[in-house]
Amino acid sequence: MENPKNDKSSRRDALKFGLASTVMAALTQVPTSLTAKPKESSGEKVRLLTPDGHLVEVDANDVVKVAWDAKEVATDDNRKRAREGIKGRKWVLVIDLARCKHALACQSSCNKHHHIPGDRQWLNVYTMQDAEHTEPYWMPKTCFHCDKPACVSVCPVDATFKRDDGIVLIDNERCIGCRFCMAACPYSTRVFNWGEPNDPPEVKAQAYDPEKGLPRKKGTVEKCDFCPDMLRNGKLPHCATACPNGVFFFGDQNEDTVTNGAETYRFSDMMKDKAGYRYLEDLGTEPRVYYLPAADRLVPYKESENLPPLRKESGSCGH
Amino acid sequence: MNINRTLPELTQDLQPRTFGLKGTIWTIGLCVVFLAGLVNYFFQLRDGLEITAMTDYVSWGIYISNFVFFVAVSLVGSLISAILKLSNAKWSIPLTRIAEIIAVACIMFAGLIIIVDMGRPDRIYYLFVHGRLQSPIVWDVIVVTTYLAISTLLLYIPLLPDFAILRDKMTGIPKWQHKLYSMLSLGWVGNAKQMRIMHKSIMGLSVIIIPIAFGIHTVTSWLFSTTLRGGWNSTNIGPYFIAGAFMVGAAAVIAVMYVVRRSYKLENYFTDDLFDKMAKLLVLLSLVYFYFNINEYLTPAFKMMEGERDLLESLFMGEFAPMFWTTQIVGMIIPIIVLLFKKGRKPLPLFIISLIVIVGAWFKRYLIVIPTLFYPYLPAIEQDGVPRTIEYAPTFAEWSITFGSLAGALLVITILLRYLPVVGIWEMAEYQGIVKEEE
Repeated sequence: MENPKNDKSSRRDALKFGLASTVMAALTQVPTSLTAKPKESSGEKVRLLTPDGHLVEVDANDVVKVAWDAKEVATDDNRKRAREGIKGRKWVLVIDLARCKHALACQSSCNKHHHIPGDRQWLNVYTMQDAEHTEPYWMPKTCFHCDKPACVSVCPVDATFKRDDGIVLIDNERCIGCRFCMAACPYSTRVFNWGEPNDPPEVKAQAYDPEKGLPRKKGTVEKCDFCPDMLRNGKLPHCATACPNGVFFFGDQNEDTVTNGAETYRFSDMMKDKAGYRYLEDLGTEPRVYYLPAADRLVPYKESENLPPLRKESGSCGH
Repeated sequence: MNINRTLPELTQDLQPRTFGLKGTIWTIGLCVVFLAGLVNYFFQLRDGLEITAMTDYVSWGIYISNFVFFVAVSLVGSLISAILKLSNAKWSIPLTRIAEIIAVACIMFAGLIIIVDMGRPDRIYYLFVHGRLQSPIVWDVIVVTTYLAISTLLLYIPLLPDFAILRDKMTGIPKWQHKLYSMLSLGWVGNAKQMRIMHKSIMGLSVIIIPIAFGIHTVTSWLFSTTLRGGWNSTNIGPYFIAGAFMVGAAAVIAVMYVVRRSYKLENYFTDDLFDKMAKLLVLLSLVYFYFNINEYLTPAFKMMEGERDLLESLFMGEFAPMFWTTQIVGMIIPIIVLLFKKGRKPLPLFIISLIVIVGAWFKRYLIVIPTLFYPYLPAIEQDGVPRTIEYAPTFAEWSITFGSLAGALLVITILLRYLPVVGIWEMAEYQGIVKEEE
């Protein structure tokens, strides 16, 4: 736990984590040291706090450090937890296009909480027009967390993976930066850390957690993660909380319930009553994000100078 | 193609020779370009891939297209030393060594340039520690390393008797060079048993290398066709890649053969007739490639499906049209027409045509890899939803690293051509039936 490279703040963290890990280290090491090769007593005692709250004394010679960097220990725990997912859940997102007013609160909240630099977005709001004479509409798009994720199939090192709770996550400590997943994703969801990330210092000091995607790692891929750190605390993802129009209905498919914070619906009823669909269904990726059509809109689409309907611009949209 | 030379004469003709002024300048030039690429790669290691022009939309650039190019050229080793050999085309014997040298150099640099493209080259060993067999990248790693190993053996094993000949007969060379030949010959004496084992090994490897060669380029094509992207989403892409690879590989062998013939004065070995035959082979391979091009572009162009239409329009009439039609017409159709005439198959015009084919093939890989990324299903937008123009113009560092890799491969080829007999001495001897005289 004495790492000369650490600055003061991370050193304090290191002490906090480090004490716990040293105790555990000591407790596992002591019996083996005693039975296997008895060491000479140093005469010097060290006081340690066990995980269940007892203060114990052991000989200084029997204390063996197994982990030097507390951050590494925490990172390992986070990475393990991130692969396990949240037990018993099957997360699902329903985006009601009829409610979207292009307020972009979802995006700014997402950018803020995930410390997203200005060159990328995890959440996009597209201006869509399906055919020449049909009405344009706004379409917020997160990662679809597909059940048949093209990105996961092509990953050579299991850096991006599908969890039992439905979330597709990335382990940036595993990613080799080949960007095959970016080529494979048909929804242009994934973004890359092309250079050294510019996270704020307090983020940089954190132990890496795949469920936050922070701190960022140079040369690795990132994307929308459904905010599993919020879900673990029983809270909605940031986009759902931030949206003033209640566009984002998030929930657990196992419970057949989705909510935007104010209203709660049965997921199956919503799909049935409002003709839910998934974007580009014919690609066979089976997204976990559903859309409700932009019918009977809260506000009609208004063309602004900045946002021409994309049909005319690029021609690639529609479902 | 009997050239009526005795073994000592063959040795005299084919033994490695020092470079003249031109050769020295060429080698130094390659070293400079290679080192410049290396320096820029160090900058890339330090600053990350942000020194390239790649973005989240164009996430693969010229490193990847250059990788495809290297793999394509390397296929020629299997074409000359396996396919032609097994089909008893004896005229290609003088080309075997050159073809294998090109194959080894190119597959080596294919492997290196793919590491250059990685965001985290420090984690390359994860491919072996955490590799998952379902990813086409892992298939590529497996076949590329296998192909490198077999190609190296196919270069090295037929060199054993030659190393022994150089060890015993070559005089006036520095001590280290003599020692090197002696070491590399592995104590070869050339008795009947050794010859039998060698022939068997070469024959076995020649058979194995054909499916591996098809494997490397088919798997390379699958890196694209296993994705859901318009333009890559093609079942024709494997054979299309293979056909293109054989075409550029044949051109590469012709180009090297021309330079070697000129600089080593080996007109008796690389005869006009040999050029003529290679030219005809190149025409055949180009025609096959032409056929696959029609398959690759005509049927989707007929349908103009959503998701492919913008890409095809851009290739045929838009942003990429000049490059597309230049590679198709100048890099494929004109060579076919020129080589149909006897005059076009003379060494010099054939050499020029081959260079055009090689450059065209490089840009063709650019057109296969990059434009597709310009046309994703969802349009590109900035933050706040403002439409964003997708652009990609490789940076100086990116070009430098790419040219560095090309120079590196040429450097390996040059060095091997400097220190190895450019034509198998014993192979020529055996072909003339004078192996027995030696004993």
